[in-house]
Amino acid sequence: MTRSALKKLLVAAASAIAATAAGGAAAFCGFYVAKADTKLFNKASKVVMMRDGDRTVITMSNDYQGELKEFAIVVPVPVVLEEGQIHVTDSAIIDHLDVYTAPRLVEYFDEDPCDRRVYEKMAASPLAGESADGGRRGADSLGVTVEAEYTVGEYDIQILSAKESGGLAAWLTQNGYRLPDGAEETLGSYIRQGTKFFVAKVNLKEQANTGLKYLRPLQIAFESPRFMLPIRLGTVNADGKQEIFIFALTRSGRIETTNYRTVKLPSGMDIPVYVKDEFGDFYKAMFAEQVDREAERAVFLEYAWDMNWCDPCAADPLSNDELRELGVYWTEPVGGRERPEIMPETRDVFVTRLHVSYDAAHFPEDLMFKETGERENFQGRYVLRHPFKGAATCEAGRDYRRDLPRRFESEAQTLATLTGWDIDDIRAKMKSAGQSYTPPPRERWWERLWGRE
Amino acid sequence: METIFRGPLRDARWFQIAGQSIILSIGLLFYGFGVSPAQIAAALIAALAAQWIGARLIASRFDWKSALISGLSLALLLRANDWPPFALAAALAIGSKFAIRADGRHIFNPANFAIVAMLLAGGAWTSTSEWGSAPWFALTIAALGLVSTWRASRLDAPIVYLGVYGALLLGRALYLGDPLAIPALRLSHGALILFAFFMISDPKTTPDDLKERALFVGAAALVAYVLQFHFHISDGIFYAPFLLALLRLAIGAPQRGRPYEWGRAPLNPFASPRRAAAPAE
Repeated sequence: MTRSALKKLLVAAASAIAATAAGGAAAFCGFYVAKADTKLFNKASKVVMMRDGDRTVITMSNDYQGELKEFAIVVPVPVVLEEGQIHVTDSAIIDHLDVYTAPRLVEYFDEDPCDRRVYEKMAASPLAGESADGGRRGADSLGVTVEAEYTVGEYDIQILSAKESGGLAAWLTQNGYRLPDGAEETLGSYIRQGTKFFVAKVNLKEQANTGLKYLRPLQIAFESPRFMLPIRLGTVNADGKQEIFIFALTRSGRIETTNYRTVKLPSGMDIPVYVKDEFGDFYKAMFAEQVDREAERAVFLEYAWDMNWCDPCAADPLSNDELRELGVYWTEPVGGRERPEIMPETRDVFVTRLHVSYDAAHFPEDLMFKETGERENFQGRYVLRHPFKGAATCEAGRDYRRDLPRRFESEAQTLATLTGWDIDDIRAKMKSAGQSYTPPPRERWWERLWGRE
Repeated sequence: METIFRGPLRDARWFQIAGQSIILSIGLLFYGFGVSPAQIAAALIAALAAQWIGARLIASRFDWKSALISGLSLALLLRANDWPPFALAAALAIGSKFAIRADGRHIFNPANFAIVAMLLAGGAWTSTSEWGSAPWFALTIAALGLVSTWRASRLDAPIVYLGVYGALLLGRALYLGDPLAIPALRLSHGALILFAFFMISDPKTTPDDLKERALFVGAAALVAYVLQFHFHISDGIFYAPFLLALLRLAIGAPQRGRPYEWGRAPLNPFASPRRAAAPAE
């Protein structure tokens, strides 16, 4: 960030506080205008993990779009689960968590360089949310033991243990779980590690009773010293890369992966104002570019924050009831008197949002995590800075206008670097969005040396 | 070349300091290492200060190079929310060197002792997720480590350590039927390579005898593996040498000959005890 931009930011921030005092809707470091939620990505799974010591609650949600009766999942789990350890929840809670932690766009309006007044505006963008999971059922043979069977919500669930992968694969195939080629080896690895298998299909009758068009997220609660997320079965079918968003709710601080590099998503940059209308494209392009830059082997940190607050807020922090639903057992239920204002209440919950684009070639092993004591807040945040449009005829105003092309060019360069987009396309779009300027002529190194004629 | 190494660069710690500084610079410039200048300064200053105080107390020479190495190790491997944990860790590291001794030598690798103490106390965590498994980075660390362990006549230590650990990973993958990409990923992890070349190979806290040393280092790899894969303790590599040093202390494992002395090691990369003179810290 340039020094003048920083100065403007500080001024804008100071005036934002003034605006709050005057009743305006403002946040300390800019106005939240748009977010990039997980809906942008195809084949995106969302997993919420509560972890405290060995206690774990995993909430699984994915965007299954096919026939409900076709739905089936196989999840390796460390222990045989009792019925009470399985639960179905409302996908709206995950959507809330998704929006709360989403990378965000904020905008500032430059003040009149000749005056100290500031104009602010707030825009909003819609949010969406859907999720799915499910399955069918079968019988037992081939060294496979059905340890338990339950119907929970719209799901028929079985917990399996197996002696060898061939038998398990055959059992699953007979029971309508379509296994991709190559899944057997991975199943074998899990069996030898003493893993059980949680398999689920949709119970169509129960599903009809819910009156919902989608499948609700499945939850499991267990104790295990292994803090990990099994992703290997999902990589077997090798149908391109898959996206997973991991939301961790912990007590001491953020989580990170121990067997892959965890990298912070670039954040805090000034980018051209036209990105407001294509923030989703921007986020996707930037994410893809960063994945490439890390040789496709990194896990990205998109958000790490104390659950008590946010700034700027893409959504309110989750309520105690929502957090409890996701497994945060140490928060007190609020019951009838739910408080919309969460700020004064302190809760010992830290949220981490990780985003991974993975395939078997680059992520051969499951994601192994550890919880750290890191409590530094981090968010994916991108800044739009609207130039002052008025006359501004004073000396400072002339300086300000003289400086604008340089600033616009730097925004264009930042955007090109972040996303890999073509710089000329960016300049053209800036021009049609009113950020028109003459790009500086390309300076040759010798011109910098002896000056241009 | 031999003459250079017999001259001012005879002390292998010069190479260790250079290697660690280069790795830390790469980490800060290209890998976004989560350690601030204040934290690095706290680790280095506290280590040097503790060393100075310790040297005064036992009336010995102020040996700044070892203290600097301990401080750099902490900057590379430890992470915390603020700088005081780094100062505390550095003081613990150097303090352990003066306070916990047997047969005229310290028992614990100072930085390793501090990392374990901080992990147990809960005030800090390790940087394992910052390193990644990029081959070029792993090779750079190994190349820098080769020079310093060779100069310290301890080249055997990282070789045995990585050999045993790698064999265990490979055996696990074969047993589970896992793709070999998994052990390859684990074995090229930057923090593991750094640990093998710059921590477990510390001449002062490993046995002087080549065979005993191979046993000690091999056992450290085995214990690390067991802690990681059977007890699911992700920082197993750091706990392992700590536990083994405790064991050595408990059974009073004999140390024959004189303590290792920096700058007096023979130019043999895999040295056994030598007949050197003069005491040293």
